[in-house]
Amino acid sequence: MSAASTSTAPTSAPSSEALPTAEQHGIKEHSDGRFGFVPVQTRSARFKSFDVADFPAVTGREAVWKLSPVAKFTDLTAGVLDGSVYDFDQTPHPDVDVSWVDRSDTRIGTAGAPEERAAANAWSAFEKALAITVTGEEAKEITLTRANLGSVPRAAHTVIEAKPFSQAVVILQNTGDARISENIEIIVGESANLTVVTVQEWNADAVQLANHFATIGRDARLKHVVVSLGGGIVRVNPSVQLAGQGSDTELYGLYFADAGQHLEQQVYVNHDAPNSRSRVNYKGALQGAGARTVWIGDVLIGRTAPGTDSYEQNRNLVLTEGTRADSIPNLEIETGDILGAGHASATGRFDDEQLFYLQSRGIGEVEARRLVVRGFLSEIVQHIGSSPLEERLQGVIEDELRGTEGN
Amino acid sequence: MSVLEIKDLHVSVETDQGTKQILRGVDLTINEGEIHAIMGPNGSGKSTLAYTIAGHPKYHVDSGSILLDGAEVLTMTVDERARAGLFLAMQYPVEIPGVTVTNFLRTAKTAIDGEAPAIRHWIKDVRESMVRLRMDKSFAERNVNEGFSGGEKKRNEILQLELLKPRFAVLDETDSGLDVDALKIVSEGVNRAKENTGLGLLLITHYTRILRYIKPDFVHVFVDGRIAEQGGPELADRLEDEGYDRFLAETPVG
Ligand SMILES: Nc1ncnc2c1ncn2[C@@H]1O[C@H](COP(=O)(O)OP(=O)(O)O)[C@@H](O)[C@H]1O
Ligand SMILES: [Mg+2]
Repeated sequence: MSAASTSTAPTSAPSSEALPTAEQHGIKEHSDGRFGFVPVQTRSARFKSFDVADFPAVTGREAVWKLSPVAKFTDLTAGVLDGSVYDFDQTPHPDVDVSWVDRSDTRIGTAGAPEERAAANAWSAFEKALAITVTGEEAKEITLTRANLGSVPRAAHTVIEAKPFSQAVVILQNTGDARISENIEIIVGESANLTVVTVQEWNADAVQLANHFATIGRDARLKHVVVSLGGGIVRVNPSVQLAGQGSDTELYGLYFADAGQHLEQQVYVNHDAPNSRSRVNYKGALQGAGARTVWIGDVLIGRTAPGTDSYEQNRNLVLTEGTRADSIPNLEIETGDILGAGHASATGRFDDEQLFYLQSRGIGEVEARRLVVRGFLSEIVQHIGSSPLEERLQGVIEDELRGTEGN
Repeated sequence: MSVLEIKDLHVSVETDQGTKQILRGVDLTINEGEIHAIMGPNGSGKSTLAYTIAGHPKYHVDSGSILLDGAEVLTMTVDERARAGLFLAMQYPVEIPGVTVTNFLRTAKTAIDGEAPAIRHWIKDVRESMVRLRMDKSFAERNVNEGFSGGEKKRNEILQLELLKPRFAVLDETDSGLDVDALKIVSEGVNRAKENTGLGLLLITHYTRILRYIKPDFVHVFVDGRIAEQGGPELADRLEDEGYDRFLAETPVG
């Protein structure tokens, strides 16, 4: 579906489903057409600073925080953070250099700047940045694993640079304990083709506040995938600037919130060059008391971006009572000359009619549920582009689903 | 010789206005290999009977019983009923996003047989059934019923009937909304299934049209939650001429 609009006013179709209504066909659609006018501040005009002192104390009423449990991580927004280097594991590749660099590295600060206090706190505190530099035109894949971050509040900074014409899949794998605020800059050079996958399988009480800032050069392509499965509070906010003409981005997300988990993602796509293309597709499942997810998707199509082709969607599948999924797409269009722009958001309960249909063909209840949820989420898994990781994640999703048994 | 017996079945459903009685004492015995047509006006409770046999949770059985070869069906879960040999071709088949027809059929076949089908034969069986039902092979990779037209959904139901090989099948208005070509294709599929497996059929229909292609042994007129009259195929011809008015006039409204 695509709806072109020449409105310069931000449009918004927020939805918060504390207890979605049962629908005959489960997933309830609401998409454009009902462009409710909500006076959102123009996204590009948001205050930015690298210095934590420029941000007032967090109240929880700010646009970026209003759906987050801010009282549970005041150490990250207001405390002193450990900015020292940490241990990580890495699968080596000759064309991918991974090393700690000084704050004076010229790449730092070129992809974006903090829009909130936790990000600025991390920016002010990190001692060295981890730089991942990709060269070489042939396809390759590397995985960086962080497993020992510990529970002391810390800051981190990462730069991922794909040199012009280079190609790689970079997987950031997160496990173990963590209380971390971090910034990740992603710089995609001209005609480069980079995939960044961040997988969160933290321990149950981990807290992670991550901001990704990406800038994409001429004819370059970034595929960005956020997979959030484990952790107490996980906020991964990717912000992508389509800076070069013909640049292209696909942003995927998959999350599975269990009882008590808060999984959040605020996605921002800024079309800032002609003929750029973006696709955003996030899918989440919720099960268990207090499972909470937040998805906010802002797309800005600037005056500088004629010929833009953009579509974003978020879908949530509610498996049990007592969960809450917020889903808020925002589309701001400043130019009339676009190819297409649209958004969709839907949150639906696991449909009893689907269950009945599958069971009436002999399939047991547990297997029927698994079949539907696996089908729902596998659309995202299939986009990752790393078969070992895709296979492993299908297994992890199966394990998550096994958690529903007995409910 | 298998037999499905429905005895003095009373069924109600919860509505916003309170409990609503729908079935008011249904008695019906179907032997293996027999075709029973149930004909009745809209709202008479035909689908309720079909869903109750399949075990849909919305329908509450107040009294009566359903026996499959003497075993009580009403205490079985929905999937147990299917594994015991019952099948319902639904009036409005449900869409299952994210689950392909291939995956769905294989999972159902495995559940019903208790073991995975031998892969070579299975693929061949599926393909041949689809060809006979004039289903394009692209359907195999599409999600179950998603974006299917009304006629395609009905064919997909009959595809399952052919492949899952139940002992008794209830077809709930499989003919409704089909053009004559689709009606012939679907009817051929049903007749083929009967020839191959000798199953018993409960053919629910609003119109007599399908009875030109599927010949019933018995016809039951269903009005206001019970069987008002039964007879042989000639009863269908009479309904064709007279409609349901005669029966409706006899029953009080409500
Ligand atoms: N789930 C339900 N909720 C409320 N009323 C229902 C439900 N199912 C059936 N009914 C009512 O029961 C009556 C019989 O319906 P149904 O069995 O669908 O009839 P038929 O298939 O013969 O058209 C109708 O009046 C219908 O409105
Ligand atoms: Mg009906």
